[in-house]
Amino acid sequence: MSAEEAIDEVQLPARTAIGISFGNSYSSIAYTSDGKAEVIANEEGDRQIPSILSYVSGEEFQGTQAKTQIIRNPRNTIAYFRDLLGKGFKDIDPTPCHASAHPVEHDGGKTVAFVVQEKAAEEESEKEAEKSTLSVSEVTTRHIRRLRQSASDYLGKDVTAAVVTIPSDYNDVNKAALTEAASNAGIEILQFIPEPVSALLGYDAKQSLTETSSSPSDKVVLVADLGGTRSDVAVVASRGGIYTTLATAHDYELGGSSLDKVLIEYAAKEFMKKNKKASDPRENERSLAKLTLEAEAVKKALSLGGSASFSIESLADGHDFSLSVNRTRFELLANKVLMSFTRLIEAAVQKADLDILDIDEVLLSGGTSHTPKIASNLQSHFPESTVVIAPSTSSTAINPSELTVRGAAIQASLINGFEVPEIRSSTEAVVTVTPHLHHAIGLVTGEGSNGFAVLVNAETPVPVRRTAQISVKAGGDVILRLAEGVRDIKVSKEEKPATNGNKHDDEDDEDDSDDEPEEVREKVWKAGKILAEAGLRGVKKGGKVEVQVNVAQDLGVTIVCREVGGKGGVRGVLDAGRAEANGSA
Amino acid sequence: MAITAKMAPIQIKASLPSLPPDWSADKDFKAISSLSQPTNRSLEPVGPHFLAHARRKRHHRTFSEDERLEALRSTKKTEDEDAGEISEAEDPMLLQREAKDWKTQDHYAVLGLSKYRYKATEEQIKRAHRKKVLRHHPDKKAASGKDEGDQFFKCIQRATDILQDPVKRRQFDSVDEGAEKEPPNKKDVQKKPGNFYKLWAPVFEAEGRFSRSQPVPQLGNDKSTKQEVEEFYNFWYNFDSWRSFEYLDEEVPDDNENRDQKRHQERKNNNARKKRKVEDSQRLRVLVDDVMGQDERIKRFRHESSKQKNAKKVEREAAENRAKEEAAAKKAEAEKAAKDKEVAEKASREEGKKAKEAAKNAAKKNKRVVRGAVKDGNYFVGGEAGPKEIDTALNDADALILKWDNEELAVVTSRLNGKSDKGEIKAIFVEEVKKLVEAGKVKEGDMKSLAA
Ligand SMILES: Nc1ncnc2c1ncn2[C@@H]1O[C@H](COP(=O)(O)OP(=O)(O)O)[C@@H](O)[C@H]1O
Repeated sequence: MSAEEAIDEVQLPARTAIGISFGNSYSSIAYTSDGKAEVIANEEGDRQIPSILSYVSGEEFQGTQAKTQIIRNPRNTIAYFRDLLGKGFKDIDPTPCHASAHPVEHDGGKTVAFVVQEKAAEEESEKEAEKSTLSVSEVTTRHIRRLRQSASDYLGKDVTAAVVTIPSDYNDVNKAALTEAASNAGIEILQFIPEPVSALLGYDAKQSLTETSSSPSDKVVLVADLGGTRSDVAVVASRGGIYTTLATAHDYELGGSSLDKVLIEYAAKEFMKKNKKASDPRENERSLAKLTLEAEAVKKALSLGGSASFSIESLADGHDFSLSVNRTRFELLANKVLMSFTRLIEAAVQKADLDILDIDEVLLSGGTSHTPKIASNLQSHFPESTVVIAPSTSSTAINPSELTVRGAAIQASLINGFEVPEIRSSTEAVVTVTPHLHHAIGLVTGEGSNGFAVLVNAETPVPVRRTAQISVKAGGDVILRLAEGVRDIKVSKEEKPATNGNKHDDEDDEDDSDDEPEEVREKVWKAGKILAEAGLRGVKKGGKVEVQVNVAQDLGVTIVCREVGGKGGVRGVLDAGRAEANGSA
Repeated sequence: MAITAKMAPIQIKASLPSLPPDWSADKDFKAISSLSQPTNRSLEPVGPHFLAHARRKRHHRTFSEDERLEALRSTKKTEDEDAGEISEAEDPMLLQREAKDWKTQDHYAVLGLSKYRYKATEEQIKRAHRKKVLRHHPDKKAASGKDEGDQFFKCIQRATDILQDPVKRRQFDSVDEGAEKEPPNKKDVQKKPGNFYKLWAPVFEAEGRFSRSQPVPQLGNDKSTKQEVEEFYNFWYNFDSWRSFEYLDEEVPDDNENRDQKRHQERKNNNARKKRKVEDSQRLRVLVDDVMGQDERIKRFRHESSKQKNAKKVEREAAENRAKEEAAAKKAEAEKAAKDKEVAEKASREEGKKAKEAAKNAAKKNKRVVRGAVKDGNYFVGGEAGPKEIDTALNDADALILKWDNEELAVVTSRLNGKSDKGEIKAIFVEEVKKLVEAGKVKEGDMKSLAA
């Protein structure tokens, strides 16, 4: 930002803006100071605050305290309501709410509500106090109000604005509903950002603090946001630090609770084996609630340690239950679910018309991304060149539960200096919709059409300018052929190097036995359509040539080639031609 | 911090080709073609780099309503719209189903995917399931007061459970009657020429779902080549099927009490699976036999190939005859040549004999002349020749005769002919000896009587 704008910022009425990640299972809040995002803990010390409200004897509980009420007071505890907001009754999936308050039709089916015993029963009168019908919007308002309060308490300033993360498939109706609910809680939503994009921003912002180079390198990142009840995947191209989502994939039934279920099934069976007379704890609501809560805790513990234990007092029919589970057993039991994550992610790669070799990074976000086996499955599914960013596979990983909220906090600090209408107009299609290069642009190196060096990647938004240098050892006259590049996947069979005799020390060298030739896939570039040729004469021995490619908004290209440190050079222009953007597909 | 901000130059490791000598262009630059059509996509309006972009784009300008609409219209979508592809009407009979009868349930129909069946993608199944959940979740029904029980919901869950598990799905697909295509009857096939292809192709397309190797060759049409048709039948006669029949297993008692019974049932199931598998391969074989029997192309190819064979035979015989004739002619010619040669050789042999005889006679005569000349030359001595001198001279003359070949002998003879002067004769002899000495045939001084 320029100095001028910095002054504007100071002159704006003081506004404290935070980032909010409003999840279906958990919510979190974060604030940015000095370019560093910090996740705020609420008064209970939680950074992952369960998105749950519970009404007990006229008192409202939120977060972890409310979550424990699912056991004792399920019908007055409201959970998993985020995905119900801005939807009609016939469009909601009530499955996740089964163990807590059930959603009911409201406002003639246009919205959804919960009926709970909000007020305490009158001491004198015998009859119960009347139940209240709380619309999802009202519930959301109350939840956000609590979040706002926690942030304000922590910062010592009244928080009035926020950047809020949303699923990438949120539509305008969903957004309007959330805007209204937040506004009722005293929060002005400055901007919505899709969860996967927010996670990437959160990660990149942290990386850029430690990196020396000022310009981010181009990459294609697959962001997998694996939450409690659903999983969302986005394939994002990052070009010069600007993000473009190429494809998304969703699974509304796959998430952390699918893993919890595996443990619940296992524990229930073990319980019944141990207590032959006891009833099935899955058949009794209270027992199931206890089991569910404990299963989640065991699952989380197994992300860190090699084993963890269930320990439940009076699980069913007065029987206590304890059971130790090790990670290997868990991974075996959950294998099918764990593979589903890989399949969903693979589907997203295909939807983006890409190959796994095109994916530079896999960024794992969301609580379920703590699960080590998910990361290691991905590491073996993707080629070695792909970096899987998760706590168990990468030292640069950030707590995946915090990624999205960090991104939101970063964005909040970036736009806090602007008036809301200004922010709105910057996020409109007319500003965001931009032509993206269909093919990479690069130089043909070597003779013929073999050898191609990329200058500008495919899916780079225009306008764009890139400069490249190439040394000319022999000197003399050279030709610079600018062309569009075609990415090819070369598949070849490679005999496995014989390992007999000098065995590796590695323990994981067990697949020696299958001596099938291994298929080696690699990404190769070929020159496609030639765009232009430039001749550069009399280059000094050991000299260096510099090429600058400048693609304008209208797809016109200006090319400048010169010898580094030399005089003159060649400059040429390619007309935009009839290159018309091909959008809506 | 703009897109066009200075990024560090990319360092390219490869080398540049050198300028071809005949390359030339105005100002050393040749524009060849424009960039390919770009794709309009929406940037994510987040992060510092986007802010710079937005500032540039909005700088000092406002957008018209048209531009706004155009921008929206032209964007490539990343979220898929919920295309109402799974909108099959629900059969009331289906809704009455009991969850416990799941074995006989048509899982595709339950999810509204009966049009797709084994072709349904994982994503379609997921979406279909979601649609059904939204509609039939028991909590929703209970909440709205029309409690219809959760039986159908359980059917939905079971169907999804099976169809989302690749192994279970294959087991069900193996016995999914809804995906079966009855083979057409022969009468219908024969009704119209094109019917064979029209009626049989779907049958094989359906059968092809069981093939381990994909894609499966198509039945084709009457323009298919012989090779294509052969490939088709080869494929189907060597069909490698994944079809299996465990889905039809009878339930195995799941308690430890009845172990024997359990084992017994398992064995029975195993045998049943095997039997069904064998029957299935037989069924397929009969099916392929039937098609092949009705396939006009096979008859045509057979006909063509026998015609071809006949033509070949005629040609081969003609060729054989031609070869025979040629061989005979060659033989006759060779015989004639041999005979001619013999005759000629005989003639020349006789002539040679005569010539040799003549030469012999001539040589005899010539030798006599030479010897006579020695006598006429007084044995090469001045005075009266003693017996010793005569002997030496005649010996020398004989030695000389041996040295000369017939021709030289003739020359010497012709020189000596008519000569009577003894000096002259001696001179001739001396001269001839000298020649022989020069030719290295006689050593100097060997001819004592003639030593000069
Ligand atoms: N350490 C952990 N290991 C495994 N799972 C975890 C861990 N921490 C949180 N989770 C799971 O992550 C899910 C919540 O993820 P989150 O991204 O917060 O969800 P949502 O987006 O649904 O609000 C829950 O299922 C929770 O059990």
